[in-house]
Amino acid sequence: MTHGRQIYSALEVVVIDAGVGNLDNLARALRHVGAQSHGGLQCRVTTDPRVIASAKCLVLPGVGAFRPPRETLRGEMEEALRAALERGAWLLGICVGFQLLFDRGEEFGSTDGLGLLPGVIRQLPDDVPVPHIGWNRLHDENNHPLFAGIPNGSYFYFVHSFAPLAIAESAEPTCLARATHGVPFTAVAGRDRILGTQFHPERSGPAGLSLLSNYLELAHAADSGN
Amino acid sequence: MTTATGLTSRIIPCLDVRDGRVVKGVRFQNLQDQGDPAECAARYAEQGADEIVFLDITASPEGRDADRDWIRRTAEQVFIPLSVGGGVRRVEDAERLLRSGADKVALNSSPIDRPELLDELAHRFGSQCVVLSVDAGRWEEPRADSRWQVVTHGGRRPRGLDAIEWIVEGVERGAGEILLTSIDSDGTQDGYDLELLAEVCQRVRVPVIASGGAGRPEHLAAALRAGAAAVLAASIFHQGTYTVGEVKAYLAQQGFPMRESGA
Repeated sequence: MTHGRQIYSALEVVVIDAGVGNLDNLARALRHVGAQSHGGLQCRVTTDPRVIASAKCLVLPGVGAFRPPRETLRGEMEEALRAALERGAWLLGICVGFQLLFDRGEEFGSTDGLGLLPGVIRQLPDDVPVPHIGWNRLHDENNHPLFAGIPNGSYFYFVHSFAPLAIAESAEPTCLARATHGVPFTAVAGRDRILGTQFHPERSGPAGLSLLSNYLELAHAADSGN
Repeated sequence: MTTATGLTSRIIPCLDVRDGRVVKGVRFQNLQDQGDPAECAARYAEQGADEIVFLDITASPEGRDADRDWIRRTAEQVFIPLSVGGGVRRVEDAERLLRSGADKVALNSSPIDRPELLDELAHRFGSQCVVLSVDAGRWEEPRADSRWQVVTHGGRRPRGLDAIEWIVEGVERGAGEILLTSIDSDGTQDGYDLELLAEVCQRVRVPVIASGGAGRPEHLAAALRAGAAAVLAASIFHQGTYTVGEVKAYLAQQGFPMRESGA
Protein backbone atom coordinates (compact mmCIF):
# COMPACT_ATOMS: atom_id res chain seq x y z
CA MET A 1 0.00 0.00 0.00
CA THR A 2 2.77 2.42 0.79
CA HIS A 3 4.19 1.80 -2.67
CA GLY A 4 0.98 3.07 -4.15
CA ARG A 5 1.06 6.19 -2.04
CA GLN A 6 4.47 7.09 -3.31
CA ILE A 7 3.34 6.99 -6.90
CA TYR A 8 -0.21 8.27 -6.61
CA SER A 9 -1.70 10.35 -3.90
CA ALA A 10 -4.53 7.88 -3.23
CA LEU A 11 -7.95 9.30 -3.98
CA GLU A 12 -10.40 9.34 -1.16
CA VAL A 13 -14.11 9.87 -1.44
CA VAL A 14 -16.56 10.03 1.41
CA VAL A 15 -20.16 9.19 0.51
CA ILE A 16 -22.60 10.67 3.02
CA ASP A 17 -25.27 8.15 3.99
CA ALA A 18 -28.38 10.20 4.74
CA GLY A 19 -30.36 7.05 5.38
CA VAL A 20 -32.21 6.70 2.11
CA GLY A 21 -31.57 4.41 -0.77
CA ASN A 22 -28.92 1.96 -1.69
CA LEU A 23 -25.46 3.48 -1.94
CA ASP A 24 -23.61 0.35 -2.97
CA ASN A 25 -23.92 0.93 -6.70
CA LEU A 26 -22.71 4.51 -6.33
CA ALA A 27 -19.70 3.23 -4.37
CA ARG A 28 -19.10 0.59 -7.06
CA ALA A 29 -19.15 3.22 -9.81
CA LEU A 30 -16.77 5.49 -7.90
CA ARG A 31 -14.36 2.61 -7.26
CA HIS A 32 -14.58 1.56 -10.91
CA VAL A 33 -13.73 5.07 -12.09
CA GLY A 34 -11.00 5.38 -9.48
CA ALA A 35 -9.44 2.11 -10.58
CA GLN A 36 -9.75 2.82 -14.31
CA SER A 37 -8.59 6.43 -14.43
CA HIS A 38 -6.89 7.31 -11.20
CA GLY A 39 -4.91 4.27 -10.06
CA GLY A 40 -7.28 3.36 -7.26
CA LEU A 41 -9.64 5.02 -4.88
CA GLN A 42 -10.72 4.66 -1.30
CA CYS A 43 -14.46 5.08 -0.96
CA ARG A 44 -16.11 5.28 2.43
CA VAL A 45 -19.86 5.32 2.94
CA THR A 46 -20.53 6.92 6.29
CA THR A 47 -22.92 8.54 8.73
CA ASP A 48 -20.05 9.52 11.03
CA PRO A 49 -19.81 13.32 11.44
CA ARG A 50 -16.07 13.10 12.21
CA VAL A 51 -15.38 11.33 8.93
CA ILE A 52 -17.50 13.87 7.05
CA ALA A 53 -15.86 16.84 8.74
CA SER A 54 -12.37 15.74 7.81
CA ALA A 55 -13.19 14.71 4.21
CA LYS A 56 -11.84 16.59 1.21
CA CYS A 57 -14.04 15.02 -1.45
CA LEU A 58 -17.68 14.36 -0.57
CA VAL A 59 -20.66 12.89 -2.38
CA LEU A 60 -24.21 13.38 -1.12
CA PRO A 61 -26.61 10.93 -2.81
CA GLY A 62 -30.30 10.45 -2.18
CA VAL A 63 -33.47 9.02 -3.65
CA GLY A 64 -37.14 9.37 -2.87
CA ALA A 65 -38.54 12.37 -1.04
CA PHE A 66 -36.80 15.59 0.06
CA ARG A 67 -37.62 15.62 3.73
CA PRO A 68 -36.34 12.28 5.15
CA PRO A 69 -32.69 12.79 4.15
CA ARG A 70 -32.96 16.48 5.07
CA GLU A 71 -34.00 15.56 8.60
CA THR A 72 -31.29 12.89 8.82
CA LEU A 73 -28.65 15.46 7.99
CA ARG A 74 -29.96 18.13 10.33
CA GLY A 75 -27.75 18.45 13.38
CA GLU A 76 -24.34 16.87 13.63
CA MET A 77 -24.03 15.61 10.07
CA GLU A 78 -24.96 18.99 8.63
CA GLU A 79 -22.55 20.78 10.95
CA ALA A 80 -19.81 18.38 9.87
CA LEU A 81 -20.64 18.93 6.20
CA ARG A 82 -20.53 22.71 6.61
CA ALA A 83 -17.23 22.47 8.50
CA ALA A 84 -15.74 20.38 5.69
CA LEU A 85 -16.93 22.88 3.06
CA GLU A 86 -15.52 25.75 5.06
CA ARG A 87 -12.17 24.00 5.03
CA GLY A 88 -12.31 23.73 1.25
CA ALA A 89 -13.84 20.31 0.70
CA TRP A 90 -15.58 19.47 -2.59
CA LEU A 91 -19.17 18.24 -2.66
CA LEU A 92 -21.18 16.49 -5.36
CA GLY A 93 -24.92 16.12 -4.74
CA ILE A 94 -26.78 13.44 -6.70
CA CYS A 95 -30.55 13.30 -7.34
CA VAL A 96 -32.26 14.15 -4.03
CA GLY A 97 -28.79 14.87 -2.64
CA PHE A 98 -28.55 17.51 -5.38
CA GLN A 99 -31.95 18.93 -4.47
CA LEU A 100 -30.89 19.25 -0.82
CA LEU A 101 -28.18 21.72 -1.87
CA PHE A 102 -30.82 24.35 -2.75
CA ASP A 103 -32.69 26.83 -0.56
CA ARG A 104 -35.95 24.97 -0.17
CA GLY A 105 -37.96 21.94 -1.22
CA GLU A 106 -41.69 22.09 -1.77
CA GLU A 107 -42.60 18.42 -1.47
CA PHE A 108 -45.30 17.62 1.13
CA GLY A 109 -45.08 21.18 2.43
CA SER A 110 -42.04 23.41 2.47
CA THR A 111 -38.72 22.21 3.89
CA ASP A 112 -35.54 24.23 4.11
CA GLY A 113 -32.60 22.90 2.11
CA LEU A 114 -28.92 23.36 2.84
CA GLY A 115 -28.97 26.73 1.06
CA LEU A 116 -25.66 26.10 -0.69
CA LEU A 117 -27.12 26.85 -4.12
CA PRO A 118 -29.86 29.37 -4.90
CA GLY A 119 -33.22 27.96 -5.97
CA VAL A 120 -36.35 26.08 -4.97
CA ILE A 121 -37.26 22.44 -5.64
CA ARG A 122 -40.71 22.15 -7.18
CA GLN A 123 -42.79 19.44 -8.83
CA LEU A 124 -42.47 18.92 -12.57
CA PRO A 125 -45.59 19.97 -14.49
CA ASP A 126 -48.39 17.44 -14.77
CA ASP A 127 -48.79 17.53 -18.55
CA VAL A 128 -45.92 15.04 -18.84
CA PRO A 129 -45.59 11.64 -17.14
CA VAL A 130 -44.25 12.04 -13.61
CA PRO A 131 -42.02 10.62 -12.23
CA HIS A 132 -39.54 11.47 -14.94
CA ILE A 133 -37.88 8.07 -15.38
CA GLY A 134 -35.37 7.27 -18.06
CA TRP A 135 -32.66 8.71 -20.25
CA ASN A 136 -32.82 12.40 -21.09
CA ARG A 137 -30.30 14.67 -22.75
CA LEU A 138 -28.62 17.75 -21.41
CA HIS A 139 -28.76 21.09 -23.18
CA ASP A 140 -27.29 24.53 -22.58
CA GLU A 141 -24.21 22.98 -21.05
CA ASN A 142 -21.88 25.47 -19.49
CA ASN A 143 -18.20 25.09 -20.34
CA HIS A 144 -17.43 23.49 -16.98
CA PRO A 145 -14.60 21.00 -16.34
CA LEU A 146 -17.22 18.58 -14.97
CA PHE A 147 -18.19 17.99 -18.63
CA ALA A 148 -14.65 17.45 -19.91
CA GLY A 149 -14.68 14.82 -22.66
CA ILE A 150 -18.48 14.47 -22.58
CA PRO A 151 -20.14 15.52 -25.85
CA ASN A 152 -22.83 18.19 -25.59
CA GLY A 153 -26.32 16.69 -25.68
CA SER A 154 -25.27 13.48 -23.94
CA TYR A 155 -27.92 11.34 -22.26
CA PHE A 156 -28.10 10.62 -18.54
CA TYR A 157 -30.43 8.49 -16.41
CA PHE A 158 -33.04 10.42 -14.40
CA VAL A 159 -35.52 9.24 -11.76
CA HIS A 160 -37.38 12.08 -10.03
CA SER A 161 -40.62 14.03 -9.75
CA PHE A 162 -39.21 17.29 -8.37
CA ALA A 163 -36.45 19.52 -9.69
CA PRO A 164 -34.92 22.97 -9.33
CA LEU A 165 -37.46 24.86 -11.42
CA ALA A 166 -37.53 28.34 -9.97
CA ILE A 167 -34.04 29.64 -10.56
CA ALA A 168 -33.84 33.41 -10.30
CA GLU A 169 -31.95 35.22 -13.02
CA SER A 170 -29.33 36.25 -10.48
CA ALA A 171 -28.68 32.55 -9.93
CA GLU A 172 -28.17 31.84 -13.63
CA PRO A 173 -24.40 31.38 -13.33
CA THR A 174 -24.94 28.40 -11.00
CA CYS A 175 -26.92 26.50 -13.67
CA LEU A 176 -24.35 24.40 -15.50
CA ALA A 177 -26.75 22.43 -17.74
CA ARG A 178 -30.45 21.95 -18.30
CA ALA A 179 -32.71 19.11 -19.35
CA THR A 180 -36.35 19.30 -20.42
CA HIS A 181 -39.30 17.29 -19.19
CA GLY A 182 -42.44 19.36 -19.58
CA VAL A 183 -40.32 22.39 -18.78
CA PRO A 184 -36.59 23.04 -18.86
CA PHE A 185 -35.04 22.54 -15.43
CA THR A 186 -31.59 22.77 -13.92
CA ALA A 187 -30.04 19.33 -14.34
CA VAL A 188 -26.51 20.25 -13.27
CA ALA A 189 -25.63 23.13 -10.99
CA GLY A 190 -22.59 24.34 -9.15
CA ARG A 191 -20.80 27.12 -7.42
CA ASP A 192 -17.12 26.95 -6.61
CA ARG A 193 -16.54 23.54 -5.00
CA ILE A 194 -20.21 22.63 -4.61
CA LEU A 195 -21.64 20.71 -7.57
CA GLY A 196 -24.65 18.53 -8.21
CA THR A 197 -26.58 16.54 -10.79
CA GLN A 198 -30.30 15.77 -10.87
CA PHE A 199 -29.55 12.54 -12.76
CA HIS A 200 -27.67 9.46 -11.54
CA PRO A 201 -24.17 9.52 -13.05
CA GLU A 202 -23.49 6.10 -11.51
CA ARG A 203 -26.25 4.59 -13.70
CA SER A 204 -25.65 6.70 -16.82
CA GLY A 205 -23.21 4.52 -18.72
CA PRO A 206 -19.95 5.94 -20.11
CA ALA A 207 -21.10 9.58 -19.94
CA GLY A 208 -21.94 9.25 -16.25
CA LEU A 209 -18.66 7.54 -15.43
CA SER A 210 -16.79 10.35 -17.22
CA LEU A 211 -18.61 12.91 -15.13
CA LEU A 212 -17.70 11.10 -11.90
CA SER A 213 -14.11 10.85 -13.08
CA ASN A 214 -14.05 14.58 -13.82
CA TYR A 215 -15.39 15.32 -10.37
CA LEU A 216 -12.70 13.18 -8.70
CA GLU A 217 -10.08 14.91 -10.79
CA LEU A 218 -11.34 18.39 -9.90
CA ALA A 219 -11.46 17.63 -6.20
CA HIS A 220 -8.04 16.05 -6.08
CA ALA A 221 -6.27 18.46 -8.41
CA ALA A 222 -7.37 21.27 -6.14
CA ASP A 223 -6.12 19.21 -3.21
CA SER A 224 -2.58 18.85 -4.57
CA GLY A 225 -2.53 22.52 -5.53
CA ASN A 226 -3.03 23.61 -1.93
CA MET B 1 -44.64 12.00 -28.83
CA THR B 2 -45.19 15.72 -29.17
CA THR B 3 -44.79 16.41 -25.46
CA ALA B 4 -41.93 18.67 -24.51
CA THR B 5 -39.47 16.19 -23.18
CA GLY B 6 -36.07 14.95 -24.17
CA LEU B 7 -36.85 11.56 -22.66
CA THR B 8 -36.02 8.61 -24.88
CA SER B 9 -37.90 5.36 -25.29
CA ARG B 10 -35.98 2.61 -23.53
CA ILE B 11 -34.89 -0.70 -25.02
CA ILE B 12 -34.51 -3.38 -22.36
CA PRO B 13 -33.10 -6.85 -22.97
CA CYS B 14 -34.41 -9.40 -20.51
CA LEU B 15 -32.27 -12.24 -19.21
CA ASP B 16 -33.74 -15.30 -17.49
CA VAL B 17 -31.29 -16.62 -14.94
CA ARG B 18 -31.35 -20.05 -13.33
CA ASP B 19 -28.75 -21.23 -10.83
CA GLY B 20 -26.53 -18.34 -11.79
CA ARG B 21 -26.60 -18.94 -15.56
CA VAL B 22 -28.56 -17.23 -18.33
CA VAL B 23 -31.05 -19.69 -19.79
CA LYS B 24 -33.38 -19.60 -22.74
CA GLY B 25 -36.63 -21.42 -23.22
CA VAL B 26 -40.26 -20.82 -24.05
CA ARG B 27 -42.35 -20.39 -20.91
CA PHE B 28 -39.61 -21.84 -18.75
CA GLN B 29 -39.55 -25.12 -20.72
CA ASN B 30 -36.57 -26.74 -22.50
CA LEU B 31 -34.05 -24.42 -20.97
CA GLN B 32 -30.70 -23.99 -22.69
CA ASP B 33 -27.59 -22.45 -21.20
CA GLN B 34 -26.79 -19.04 -22.71
CA GLY B 35 -23.82 -17.98 -20.64
CA ASP B 36 -22.75 -15.85 -17.72
CA PRO B 37 -25.23 -13.15 -16.64
CA ALA B 38 -22.57 -10.47 -16.10
CA GLU B 39 -21.01 -11.14 -19.52
CA CYS B 40 -24.38 -11.11 -21.29
CA ALA B 41 -25.42 -7.89 -19.55
CA ALA B 42 -22.11 -6.19 -20.35
CA ARG B 43 -22.48 -7.15 -24.01
CA TYR B 44 -25.98 -5.68 -24.20
CA ALA B 45 -24.89 -2.53 -22.35
CA GLU B 46 -22.14 -2.09 -24.90
CA GLN B 47 -24.68 -2.46 -27.72
CA GLY B 48 -26.65 0.40 -26.20
CA ALA B 49 -29.22 -1.28 -23.95
CA ASP B 50 -30.86 1.35 -21.76
CA GLU B 51 -31.47 -1.01 -18.87
CA ILE B 52 -31.25 -4.73 -18.13
CA VAL B 53 -33.96 -6.86 -16.55
CA PHE B 54 -32.97 -10.15 -14.92
CA LEU B 55 -35.63 -12.65 -13.97
CA ASP B 56 -34.22 -15.20 -11.57
CA ILE B 57 -36.14 -18.41 -12.19
CA THR B 58 -34.01 -20.51 -9.86
CA ALA B 59 -36.38 -23.04 -8.37
CA SER B 60 -35.37 -23.11 -4.71
CA PRO B 61 -34.77 -20.17 -2.39
CA GLU B 62 -31.55 -21.81 -1.21
CA GLY B 63 -30.22 -22.03 -4.73
CA ARG B 64 -31.11 -18.41 -5.31
CA ASP B 65 -29.20 -17.09 -2.34
CA ALA B 66 -26.18 -19.18 -3.10
CA ASP B 67 -25.92 -17.85 -6.61
CA ARG B 68 -26.69 -14.19 -6.18
CA ASP B 69 -23.03 -13.41 -6.66
CA TRP B 70 -23.73 -12.84 -10.36
CA ILE B 71 -25.71 -9.71 -9.50
CA ARG B 72 -22.73 -8.22 -7.70
CA ARG B 73 -20.40 -9.14 -10.56
CA THR B 74 -22.79 -7.50 -13.03
CA ALA B 75 -23.11 -4.33 -10.95
CA GLU B 76 -19.33 -4.03 -10.80
CA GLN B 77 -19.04 -3.76 -14.57
CA VAL B 78 -22.38 -2.59 -15.94
CA PHE B 79 -23.33 1.00 -15.13
CA ILE B 80 -26.88 1.25 -16.41
CA PRO B 81 -30.01 0.47 -14.38
CA LEU B 82 -30.42 -3.18 -13.40
CA SER B 83 -33.75 -4.66 -12.39
CA VAL B 84 -33.94 -8.07 -10.77
CA GLY B 85 -37.05 -10.13 -10.15
CA GLY B 86 -37.66 -13.54 -8.68
CA GLY B 87 -38.48 -14.76 -5.22
CA VAL B 88 -39.01 -11.42 -3.50
CA ARG B 89 -41.50 -12.18 -0.71
CA ARG B 90 -40.39 -9.86 2.06
CA VAL B 91 -38.71 -6.52 2.48
CA GLU B 92 -35.52 -8.35 3.47
CA ASP B 93 -35.48 -10.24 0.15
CA ALA B 94 -35.61 -6.93 -1.72
CA GLU B 95 -32.94 -5.46 0.48
CA ARG B 96 -30.64 -8.40 -0.29
CA LEU B 97 -31.13 -7.87 -4.01
CA LEU B 98 -30.51 -4.14 -3.76
CA ARG B 99 -27.36 -4.66 -1.71
CA SER B 100 -26.16 -7.19 -4.27
CA GLY B 101 -26.39 -4.53 -6.95
CA ALA B 102 -29.95 -4.34 -8.25
CA ASP B 103 -31.28 -0.82 -8.75
CA LYS B 104 -34.88 -1.98 -8.88
CA VAL B 105 -36.70 -5.11 -7.78
CA ALA B 106 -39.47 -6.64 -9.86
CA LEU B 107 -42.34 -8.36 -8.06
CA ASN B 108 -44.80 -10.71 -9.67
CA SER B 109 -46.77 -13.21 -7.62
CA SER B 110 -45.91 -12.35 -4.00
CA PRO B 111 -47.83 -9.02 -3.89
CA ILE B 112 -50.91 -10.83 -5.19
CA ASP B 113 -50.84 -12.91 -2.02
CA ARG B 114 -49.91 -9.92 0.13
CA PRO B 115 -50.44 -6.51 -1.60
CA GLU B 116 -49.03 -4.61 1.42
CA LEU B 117 -45.59 -5.73 0.30
CA LEU B 118 -45.72 -3.00 -2.36
CA ASP B 119 -46.46 -0.31 0.24
CA GLU B 120 -43.67 -1.59 2.46
CA LEU B 121 -41.11 -1.60 -0.33
CA ALA B 122 -42.10 1.83 -1.66
CA HIS B 123 -41.95 3.26 1.82
CA ARG B 124 -38.62 1.68 2.60
CA PHE B 125 -36.75 2.11 -0.68
CA GLY B 126 -38.85 4.55 -2.74
CA SER B 127 -41.20 3.84 -5.63
CA GLN B 128 -38.35 4.16 -8.13
CA CYS B 129 -37.08 0.80 -6.80
CA VAL B 130 -40.37 -1.04 -7.14
CA VAL B 131 -41.37 -2.60 -10.45
CA LEU B 132 -44.68 -4.45 -10.47
CA SER B 133 -44.43 -7.26 -12.97
CA VAL B 134 -47.83 -8.41 -14.19
CA ASP B 135 -48.44 -11.38 -16.46
CA ALA B 136 -51.85 -10.90 -18.02
CA GLY B 137 -53.88 -13.23 -20.19
CA ARG B 138 -57.27 -13.09 -21.82
CA TRP B 139 -59.98 -15.03 -19.98
CA GLU B 140 -60.69 -18.39 -21.56
CA GLU B 141 -64.39 -17.61 -21.37
CA PRO B 142 -64.98 -13.94 -22.20
CA ARG B 143 -66.48 -11.87 -19.38
CA ALA B 144 -68.39 -8.65 -19.56
CA ASP B 145 -66.59 -6.95 -16.71
CA SER B 146 -62.99 -7.92 -17.36
CA ARG B 147 -60.85 -8.62 -20.41
CA TRP B 148 -57.60 -9.83 -18.93
CA GLN B 149 -56.81 -11.71 -15.78
CA VAL B 150 -53.60 -11.95 -13.81
CA VAL B 151 -51.71 -15.17 -14.38
CA THR B 152 -48.66 -16.36 -12.44
CA HIS B 153 -46.12 -19.17 -12.46
CA GLY B 154 -45.06 -18.73 -16.06
CA GLY B 155 -48.60 -18.61 -17.34
CA ARG B 156 -49.71 -21.80 -15.63
CA ARG B 157 -51.73 -20.39 -12.75
CA PRO B 158 -54.72 -18.11 -13.50
CA ARG B 159 -55.52 -15.97 -10.48
CA GLY B 160 -59.06 -14.86 -11.29
CA LEU B 161 -58.07 -11.24 -10.71
CA ASP B 162 -58.71 -8.44 -13.21
CA ALA B 163 -55.32 -7.39 -14.57
CA ILE B 164 -56.17 -3.71 -15.08
CA GLU B 165 -57.61 -3.32 -11.59
CA TRP B 166 -54.61 -5.06 -10.09
CA ILE B 167 -52.20 -2.75 -11.92
CA VAL B 168 -54.11 0.35 -10.79
CA GLU B 169 -54.02 -0.90 -7.21
CA GLY B 170 -50.33 -1.69 -7.49
CA VAL B 171 -49.53 1.84 -8.61
CA GLU B 172 -51.63 3.29 -5.81
CA ARG B 173 -49.68 1.17 -3.35
CA GLY B 174 -46.38 2.49 -4.63
CA ALA B 175 -45.17 0.61 -7.71
CA GLY B 176 -43.05 3.04 -9.74
CA GLU B 177 -43.13 1.12 -13.01
CA ILE B 178 -45.20 -1.64 -14.56
CA LEU B 179 -43.59 -4.53 -16.41
CA LEU B 180 -46.53 -5.81 -18.43
CA THR B 181 -46.25 -9.24 -20.04
CA SER B 182 -48.96 -10.68 -22.23
CA ILE B 183 -49.05 -14.40 -21.61
CA ASP B 184 -51.00 -14.84 -24.85
CA SER B 185 -48.25 -13.32 -26.98
CA ASP B 186 -45.21 -14.34 -24.92
CA GLY B 187 -42.99 -16.65 -26.94
CA THR B 188 -44.98 -16.21 -30.15
CA GLN B 189 -42.74 -13.51 -31.69
CA ASP B 190 -45.93 -12.20 -33.34
CA GLY B 191 -45.92 -8.87 -31.53
CA TYR B 192 -47.06 -7.46 -28.21
CA ASP B 193 -50.73 -7.46 -27.12
CA LEU B 194 -51.34 -3.84 -28.14
CA GLU B 195 -54.90 -3.69 -26.83
CA LEU B 196 -53.80 -4.71 -23.37
CA LEU B 197 -50.88 -2.32 -23.53
CA ALA B 198 -52.95 0.68 -24.64
CA GLU B 199 -55.51 0.00 -21.94
CA VAL B 200 -52.90 -0.14 -19.17
CA CYS B 201 -51.09 2.97 -20.46
CA GLN B 202 -54.36 4.88 -20.31
CA ARG B 203 -55.06 3.85 -16.76
CA VAL B 204 -51.74 4.57 -15.05
CA ARG B 205 -49.25 7.42 -15.26
CA VAL B 206 -46.15 5.49 -14.28
CA PRO B 207 -43.99 4.11 -17.09
CA VAL B 208 -45.20 0.86 -18.63
CA ILE B 209 -42.66 -1.60 -20.00
CA ALA B 210 -44.15 -3.75 -22.75
CA SER B 211 -43.18 -7.41 -22.74
CA GLY B 212 -44.12 -10.64 -24.47
CA GLY B 213 -44.18 -11.23 -28.20
CA ALA B 214 -41.38 -9.17 -29.74
CA GLY B 215 -40.20 -10.81 -32.94
CA ARG B 216 -39.32 -7.91 -35.21
CA PRO B 217 -38.34 -4.25 -34.72
CA GLU B 218 -41.78 -3.22 -36.05
CA HIS B 219 -43.33 -4.86 -32.99
CA LEU B 220 -41.31 -2.62 -30.71
CA ALA B 221 -42.36 0.44 -32.69
CA ALA B 222 -46.02 -0.57 -32.38
CA ALA B 223 -45.69 -0.97 -28.61
CA LEU B 224 -44.13 2.47 -28.26
CA ARG B 225 -46.96 3.95 -30.36
CA ALA B 226 -49.46 2.26 -28.04
CA GLY B 227 -47.97 4.20 -25.16
CA ALA B 228 -45.18 2.06 -23.72
CA ALA B 229 -42.30 4.00 -22.15
CA ALA B 230 -40.00 1.07 -22.72
CA VAL B 231 -39.96 -2.19 -24.58
CA LEU B 232 -38.53 -5.42 -23.27
CA ALA B 233 -37.40 -8.23 -25.52
CA ALA B 234 -35.53 -11.46 -25.02
CA SER B 235 -35.40 -13.90 -27.92
CA ILE B 236 -34.67 -11.42 -30.69
CA PHE B 237 -31.55 -10.31 -28.85
CA HIS B 238 -30.47 -13.70 -27.49
CA GLN B 239 -30.83 -15.43 -30.83
CA GLY B 240 -28.75 -12.68 -32.37
CA THR B 241 -31.54 -11.89 -34.86
CA TYR B 242 -30.94 -8.22 -34.10
CA THR B 243 -28.48 -6.37 -31.92
CA VAL B 244 -29.79 -3.72 -29.55
CA GLY B 245 -27.99 -1.18 -31.73
CA GLU B 246 -29.81 -2.32 -34.88
CA VAL B 247 -33.17 -2.13 -33.16
CA LYS B 248 -32.41 1.36 -31.86
CA ALA B 249 -31.26 2.53 -35.28
CA TYR B 250 -34.54 1.31 -36.79
CA LEU B 251 -36.64 2.97 -34.08
CA ALA B 252 -34.70 6.23 -34.40
CA GLN B 253 -35.43 6.15 -38.12
CA GLN B 254 -39.11 5.72 -37.28
CA GLY B 255 -38.97 8.93 -35.27
CA PHE B 256 -38.69 7.53 -31.74
CA PRO B 257 -36.21 9.36 -29.55
CA MET B 258 -33.35 6.98 -28.77
CA ARG B 259 -30.29 7.38 -26.60
CA GLU B 260 -27.27 7.24 -28.85
CA SER B 261 -25.33 4.22 -27.81
CA GLY B 262 -21.61 3.78 -27.52
CA ALA B 263 -19.26 6.52 -26.47
